[in-house]
Amino acid sequence: MTDPYPEHMMESVRRVNATRDERKDMEFDRIPEEESDELLRQWHPDYRKSDPAFFRELAIGPAKGKVVPTEVANVLEAYPRVDPADVDLSEVEYSTELLVIGTGGAGLSAILWANNEGIAMEDILVSTALRLGDSNSKMSQGGIQACDGEDDSPMIHWLDVLSGGHWTNDRPLARDLVEKGPLAIKWLESLGATFDKEQDGDMQLLMAGGASRKRIHSCKDYTGLELTRVLMDEALSRDVNTLEFCPTVSLLTDGSGAVAGGLLWNMETEEYHVVRSKATVIATGGFGRLHVAGFPTTNHYAATCDGLVSAYRVGADIIHMQSTQYHPTGAAYPEQIVGLLVTEKCRSMGAQLVNDDGEAFIYPLEPRDVESAAELKEIGEGRGITTPTGQDGIWLDTPMIDEKRGEGALEDGLAAIYRLFTRFGIDPTEYPVLVHPTLHYQNGGIAINRETQVVKPDGSPIENLFASGETTGGVHGDNRLMGNSWLEIVVFGRKSGISAAKHAKKAKMPKKSDLSLAHLDRYSKELEKAGIETERRTPIILPNYLGQNTMKATGYGKEKPFKRRLDLFA
Amino acid sequence: MSQNQEVEKKDRPESEMATIYIMGKPYEVPSELTIMQAQEYAGYRLIRGVGCRGGYCGACTTIYRKKDDYKLYIDLACQTKVEDGMYLVQLPFVPARKPEWDLDELEATSEEVIRIFPEITRCVSCNTCTQACPQNLEPMRAIQAIRRGDLEKAADLSFDCISCGACSARCPAEITHYHVFQLVRRLYGKYIQPKAEHVTQRVSEIEEGQYDDQMDELIELPEDRIRELFLDVRAGNEFSLDQNGGEE
Repeated sequence: MTDPYPEHMMESVRRVNATRDERKDMEFDRIPEEESDELLRQWHPDYRKSDPAFFRELAIGPAKGKVVPTEVANVLEAYPRVDPADVDLSEVEYSTELLVIGTGGAGLSAILWANNEGIAMEDILVSTALRLGDSNSKMSQGGIQACDGEDDSPMIHWLDVLSGGHWTNDRPLARDLVEKGPLAIKWLESLGATFDKEQDGDMQLLMAGGASRKRIHSCKDYTGLELTRVLMDEALSRDVNTLEFCPTVSLLTDGSGAVAGGLLWNMETEEYHVVRSKATVIATGGFGRLHVAGFPTTNHYAATCDGLVSAYRVGADIIHMQSTQYHPTGAAYPEQIVGLLVTEKCRSMGAQLVNDDGEAFIYPLEPRDVESAAELKEIGEGRGITTPTGQDGIWLDTPMIDEKRGEGALEDGLAAIYRLFTRFGIDPTEYPVLVHPTLHYQNGGIAINRETQVVKPDGSPIENLFASGETTGGVHGDNRLMGNSWLEIVVFGRKSGISAAKHAKKAKMPKKSDLSLAHLDRYSKELEKAGIETERRTPIILPNYLGQNTMKATGYGKEKPFKRRLDLFA
Repeated sequence: MSQNQEVEKKDRPESEMATIYIMGKPYEVPSELTIMQAQEYAGYRLIRGVGCRGGYCGACTTIYRKKDDYKLYIDLACQTKVEDGMYLVQLPFVPARKPEWDLDELEATSEEVIRIFPEITRCVSCNTCTQACPQNLEPMRAIQAIRRGDLEKAADLSFDCISCGACSARCPAEITHYHVFQLVRRLYGKYIQPKAEHVTQRVSEIEEGQYDDQMDELIELPEDRIRELFLDVRAGNEFSLDQNGGEE
């Protein structure tokens, strides 16, 4: 059989194979906090706040003065893509109780719970950039946390969430997250989601990085696919009213600053749809396709920070935006799958991170930022492996999984990973796979309160506007643990659906004559006043990978260009 | 175009080029690209036929033939490398009927599934669906399992289905496999797989307010105390707000 890697990489593979036996029963010490702090400071991109290639202070808007990744500053300090002069707001095409923007886990949960709360399905309108359900939620593999294990409790889960978030989390939001966890699982189970269970129905709970109890519920390594398609099927069975390929490119306001609906853009017919609504839920997900700090990403095609940009322009505060999650294990070889997720479940099932010499260099289940920093350190100090296209990486010793758990464990429990690599001739039960940190999750986002109302910097809510899911910030603080994002979208998606429904029941439908885009004009004036001259128009809906951008060279931190080529939006 | 391509080639000496045909037009593209990247490299702005770009959403089903090869191939554009002489066309989606159902009113039997999807009894076991599946699943076996009354088997066989619709496009019996399988998996998950009693138990405890007092106290504590408590539970101890730790 031919080797799956080029010879110089095979040499390293042989070193990894040679040390597997002695690593098998290796006990890892969790690294002390001072040491992990030092690792993060030296190697994690989040800690380079003073470098303008990475971070910039916002010059305008409600969060003016806050430091955010440069790519995020770029989309916020940009002119609206909608020219109010081009839009006829007197042509109201849809009047609806509730407008839901985005159809990942949070949007779908919001739709179903708004309906449960008494809003008829025909009175809910859904705007989505791609198809119903296309989202980061669907791509999630590892699982969902909830504190229903025997030795677990909401308090222990809450402590883990805070530890993961470096103690910066919004404490009441984190409390809501953990206390509603078991209920979220029960709901999904009642909708017919298939979880990995024991014969008697008990959940097979797994450990997440940074957690102190086994708390991960999984559906093989297609957890997000299974849960999303169950929610999609339920929404379709209730006859959900979705406008696909019609992203919301701006919110509408009334004279008082309250949100009055959304302006949708049909990407195929290139026309606007004016939607007025009593309540609006933003559930547009994250920003991976901004390729923050030049990293490849696990995110889906429309993860472009669009909902956050729209919210910011009507006065929403943003929080924890300075923190980005780089998943420690994105595929680094072969070239065709660079950046795609290799789930943390691999490590939770026993795979170790190993350097060029075959040495395991870190406990495999540290929090994600610490794991990523440890990899960047190994690579930065010359103990990484470089592929023929110039991509650096570290081995993830996947054959260890069968070694520890018996033959067939990987193929059975990690079908997606098995498929991902065997498609390209690499059998992960026989050979380690090469990984590199990849941009995975937007830790911060739109500020919300416990009712999921979008709030201004002074904490007061923006009327009629709600948000949930990855586009929001606060729950996870400065870092999210595995499995808490799916928990967040079910818990807060549900909450946003219920809150918005209750609100819509007592709110009045905005008058046609009050519908306005005046906030966009004000925003443009603010940009001009701040002296920002730019061609940028946002929100970006889809990244531009055309032509040479498909293969464009970019760089981690830009000042040190990657030797490899990487897709990047222009 | 040729000028750009020359610059590209000079910049990228390691890359070999391949000629592919998109909707009949030839394009020269680097051979290490996926079909999806190659389309973009050739200048196609993708709106449909693209979603997660990672093999999960099934949006990018692509059919192609190769030069001097009679076979019709079906693959995901985001997970398949281009080959020289590839003729490809994308399926934006395969139209399908998705009946509405209320899971609470159904029984987990094959009769119920057949009542909703009578066309599955027309399956002639031709296996074309299986040959079309870019996930290498066995939809035909799953359909046959339903007809035998083995919903668990069907749920398991179809678990990795990404609803790309390639099977449904090829099926002579006009079965929309992915909707059938979705129903079967939900019936399995809701009615056949045993319930997790410990989840229901914990939900009751939380709803009865068993943890309220401790949570009320916990979230008001200063950060250093919270850190101590975390280290304590991480060491495997039970949670306790008692200063000395351990059991009360």
